[in-house]
Amino acid sequence: MAKNKQTMPMGAKPPKRKLNGNVLKRLLKMLFKAYPVLLPLSILCILFTAVVSTIPSIFLQKVTETVQDFQSTKDWAAASEIIIPQVVTLIVLYVFSIVSITLESQLMAYITQGFLYKMRKAMFERMQDLPIKYFDTHKHGDIMSYYTNDIDTLRQLVSQSLPTIIRASVIVISVLSIMVYYSIWLTLLLLVGVAFMVLVSKKVGGGSARFFVKLQRSVGGLEGYVQEMMNGQKVVKVFSHEEQAQKDFDRVNEELFQNAYRANAYANMLGPIIMNIGNVMYVIVAVVGGLLIAAKAPNLSLSGLALGVDIIVPFLNMTKQFTGNINQFSQQINSIVMAMAGAERVFELMDQSPEVDDGYVTLVNATVDAEGNVHEADHHTGVWAWKHPHSADGSITYTLLRGDVRMTEVDFGYEEGKTVLHDVSVFAEPGQKVAFVGATGAGKTTITNLINRFYDIADGKIRYDGININKIRKSDLRRSLGIVLQDTNLFTGSVMDNIRYGNLDATDEDCIRAAKLAGADDFITRLPGGYETELSNNGSNLSQGQRQLIAIARAAVADPPVMILDEATSSIDTRTEAIVQKGMDALMKGRTVFVIAHRLSTVRNSDVIMVLDHGRIIERGNHEKLIAEKGQYYQLYTGAFELE
Amino acid sequence: MIKRLAKCVREYKLPAVLTLIFILGEAIIETLIPFITADLIGNIKDGAGMPQIVQTGLLLVLMALLSLSFGGIAGFTCAKAAAGFSKNLRHDLFGKVQTYSFANMDKFSSSSLVTRMTTDVVNVQMSFMMLIRTAIRSPLLLIFSVVMAFVMGGKLAFTFIIVIPVLGGGLFLVAKKAMPAFHSVFRKYDRLNESIEENVRAMRVVKGFSREDYEKKKFDASAETIRMDFTRAERIVALNTPLMQLCMYFNMVMILLIGSNIAISCGGDPFDVGQISAMLTYGVQILMSLMMLSMIFVMLTMSAESARRIYEVLGEESTLQNPEDPVTEVADGSIDFDHVSFKYAETAKRNSLSDIDLHIRSGMTVGIIGGTGSGKTSLVQLIPRLYDVTEGCVRVGGLDVRSYDLDTLRGAVAMVLQKNLLFSGTIRENLRWGNENATDEEIREACRLSQADEFVMSFPNGYDTKIEQGGTNVSGGQKQRLCIAGALLKKPKILILDDSTSAVDTKTDALIREGFRTYIPDTTKIIIAQRIASVEKADMIIVMNNGAVDAVGNHEQLLATSEIYREVYEQQTNGGGQNGEE
Repeated sequence: MAKNKQTMPMGAKPPKRKLNGNVLKRLLKMLFKAYPVLLPLSILCILFTAVVSTIPSIFLQKVTETVQDFQSTKDWAAASEIIIPQVVTLIVLYVFSIVSITLESQLMAYITQGFLYKMRKAMFERMQDLPIKYFDTHKHGDIMSYYTNDIDTLRQLVSQSLPTIIRASVIVISVLSIMVYYSIWLTLLLLVGVAFMVLVSKKVGGGSARFFVKLQRSVGGLEGYVQEMMNGQKVVKVFSHEEQAQKDFDRVNEELFQNAYRANAYANMLGPIIMNIGNVMYVIVAVVGGLLIAAKAPNLSLSGLALGVDIIVPFLNMTKQFTGNINQFSQQINSIVMAMAGAERVFELMDQSPEVDDGYVTLVNATVDAEGNVHEADHHTGVWAWKHPHSADGSITYTLLRGDVRMTEVDFGYEEGKTVLHDVSVFAEPGQKVAFVGATGAGKTTITNLINRFYDIADGKIRYDGININKIRKSDLRRSLGIVLQDTNLFTGSVMDNIRYGNLDATDEDCIRAAKLAGADDFITRLPGGYETELSNNGSNLSQGQRQLIAIARAAVADPPVMILDEATSSIDTRTEAIVQKGMDALMKGRTVFVIAHRLSTVRNSDVIMVLDHGRIIERGNHEKLIAEKGQYYQLYTGAFELE
Repeated sequence: MIKRLAKCVREYKLPAVLTLIFILGEAIIETLIPFITADLIGNIKDGAGMPQIVQTGLLLVLMALLSLSFGGIAGFTCAKAAAGFSKNLRHDLFGKVQTYSFANMDKFSSSSLVTRMTTDVVNVQMSFMMLIRTAIRSPLLLIFSVVMAFVMGGKLAFTFIIVIPVLGGGLFLVAKKAMPAFHSVFRKYDRLNESIEENVRAMRVVKGFSREDYEKKKFDASAETIRMDFTRAERIVALNTPLMQLCMYFNMVMILLIGSNIAISCGGDPFDVGQISAMLTYGVQILMSLMMLSMIFVMLTMSAESARRIYEVLGEESTLQNPEDPVTEVADGSIDFDHVSFKYAETAKRNSLSDIDLHIRSGMTVGIIGGTGSGKTSLVQLIPRLYDVTEGCVRVGGLDVRSYDLDTLRGAVAMVLQKNLLFSGTIRENLRWGNENATDEEIREACRLSQADEFVMSFPNGYDTKIEQGGTNVSGGQKQRLCIAGALLKKPKILILDDSTSAVDTKTDALIREGFRTYIPDTTKIIIAQRIASVEKADMIIVMNNGAVDAVGNHEQLLATSEIYREVYEQQTNGGGQNGEE
């Protein structure tokens, strides 16, 4: 169920494909494209070894014939003159075959891993380019299962199923031709048996595949349940809810068991069934063959050989080989079905449309000459400018990066027809601090989502230093905006690395300075490894407040002219906040800052405070003005309304 | 370890044993079949009469049918046993975690517990299935085939004596080489997935800093190492195929050559073409079973790591044990800390709490104030015995918490955690966590008290509104009020709110506290808060600092005596104090 949810992405749902044929075709195409030489080469090797592996039957027939011819005279010396050259030819063939199989198996190992690597890489790169909306509308667990489950199914497909199927079909075909060479009657007889086998495979294998798909789904269900429960385990304990949790778990577990056991039972039974149909076929061929010999029935064959023991013996062997390979075929059904389901999901991710970025205004290093003209520089100058090429006359203008952000009459909705922001206008001059307050869902975070273009506005204009932000290249726009979010996300690596994430060119000193500015230096230096302390698991060894301080330092080292602080200090206790307040003030100095905070003490000293209600700005002004107005803000301030 | 895991087979022992028996039957028949087949070929060749051929043929068909039923039944029982085994494993794992104390939980990250219950269990299940299907069958087939080959082929069977050690040794070598390679690559693979998860979670940061290309490069580097390591490991394993092929071909050539020699020299008696054909079949069977054995070997060692990880959870004993002869009645809501010291891990250098001595009367309202890391949460977690003290003693209702039955104690002490969660399900279902049998009226009552009723009723579906996973469709303040309602439904003697109204506005906060005073006056209320306003009116306020009690008293007393308290108070009433110039 969990898995189905993510198939409801934005836009129209693609029509449900009937069969996975397209998926397979696309997958094979990608595989061939990735290895245009190696893959055909290794297929060639498979073909060769497959053909060689059918040859012993011919030799066996020849040897058997010879043995019978010489048995009456018991003259090994004479017989060996015929037998030895035969065996030598066989040995030569075998040597080639071993060489080719070595090559093939090594190649396949290389190709499989290489292909998986390419798929992973393609998936990850596509994922990086997807709009935030994708991540807001898909469960993280679902996204993860692309990497953990779905890709793994492809490994089985490429390394096992594909070669097996090629090999098995080649063997089946060549065995078949040899059989026709010997006896058409017996071959026809065998084919009847094969038809029966295919029928059974389809029935049993289909059942198995059906349950395997169900199984996948119940695995997802169980995983989701366990994930939620393990995350909330402490709550479970506090409420003594253990027994109930176990009961619920057992229910999910039982469903998984039912599907697992059915799927595997079908899969396990298929082998013995096919093999023994093969055994029965063997007997039938033998008996019918015997009958034909006894009746001295005329043989119909390409070779024109008369039906005799020397034909029956190798023919029987081939019967074994034939049914054995049909079995090989049927054993692959499950992994193919699962791989197709996996590939379909992988393609689903790859087919998501990436974030569009047609911005052409870029951020460049600049110098300002005595007359105040801005020039582009090829080195770091500490001064930045927007480079704005005009397509009309081919000229380029430079605008200094100042941090002037203006939203004019902006409307926006996450879903069509559901407007969450109405007619919002905000003017933030360089160095000003603008605060947003309002209840959950009022649209505070939405406004910041629009400024950095995580989402695009429906109507109205947003200008940055007078340039419409739609014209600015997204990466440059975001580079000019520092952002600190309520949910702090840190990366595995040292504290220093995490701070440097804000500016990859920053030196250690820059990072430490930023940490000091954010008021984080104090606790960092007290960590066992100082700045080199390794963080893992989203910095689980730090408190929420400490994580926020690192996030603030990370934004500080980027040194952007505009900062967005979305509940950035919500988890820092008021006493610590008072301590870092100075750093925060220093950090905000000279920057345009957008602040969202539910602690009104944090927003009091803003230049302008916007009170939002249901996506509209209902009051604006500084603290004193709003208090004097005795409107919504006044009520919030005195605690009459709930904030969050 | 194996013993503990094997215990999980339980009610599926019968199918497991049946599998072994049926597999045994199947294997016996499978080895006999070539024998009879040789007979059949002999019959045909000798020009025996049709009746004899048909008779042997019928015998073969019968054997095939037997083999089919045995194999089919074994496949069924085996699937049942393996799936049942893994079901029990998961049940035990989940059950074990339910018995864990907070201290146990701290040792495992939740995502690692999820992996253990899913991927690791599947690995062990697959090995178990392989084991009962092939661990018996392959050696059996091997032994049967060797014996039969000797019986039938005489000295021809000596070719096997050359081939078996070569192949066996080779396979073993390959497996031994491949194993460490796989181990290391799997570990790297886990780390790659962890970093992908990190990336997905932090996508706003990644995009906010325009670090997409940086992340791609980082990913590419790790993915590339994995590709290389994986390729190396797989290439070692890939040597199995040519090795197998080599032995098989060698075997064939020898049998053809020597077999025909013997068959001619002896004039077809007792060794003939039928025997040659049978010897070839046995040869394939022997080599195949060797191959299977080596696969089992690889698989078992690979899943050994999974088994170890599962055992780690199963073998972990809860640090909190129910006392023998537990007390099942909590007298009242009084709480005493007698010189309590506490640290989270025995190895920790510093105590998280040191020498706490506090005495709280039943029915009191107690506020706790203190900075991050001052030990507020640690302190209250000792009351419902989420952790055990390191030194000293915590008493509830006059008795040591360690003398109570855990369920009794936790039933009497309701606690709303700092990071309390709602679970997917309706609001009503979530609230019933406090009391399964709560009536709708009781639920509404609790919600009115926690100021949640009004907004719940404003939802179109009221109390039947679905909560999304992680409770994303209610606001933080709403979530907190629902959690408080759940705790109230327990009708506790002691109610602990660990910073549980931080997202609730001051007015509602005050209303909640007012409700507590009026409607549950006999319940001891402990409120951890950041806002002075939340604790101002408490009978007793505890100021924590650095794991110790800095000061105790009521609001007025503390303003006079505690510097920390005064500082926090002033900062909050002046709104930061930094903006005096405005």
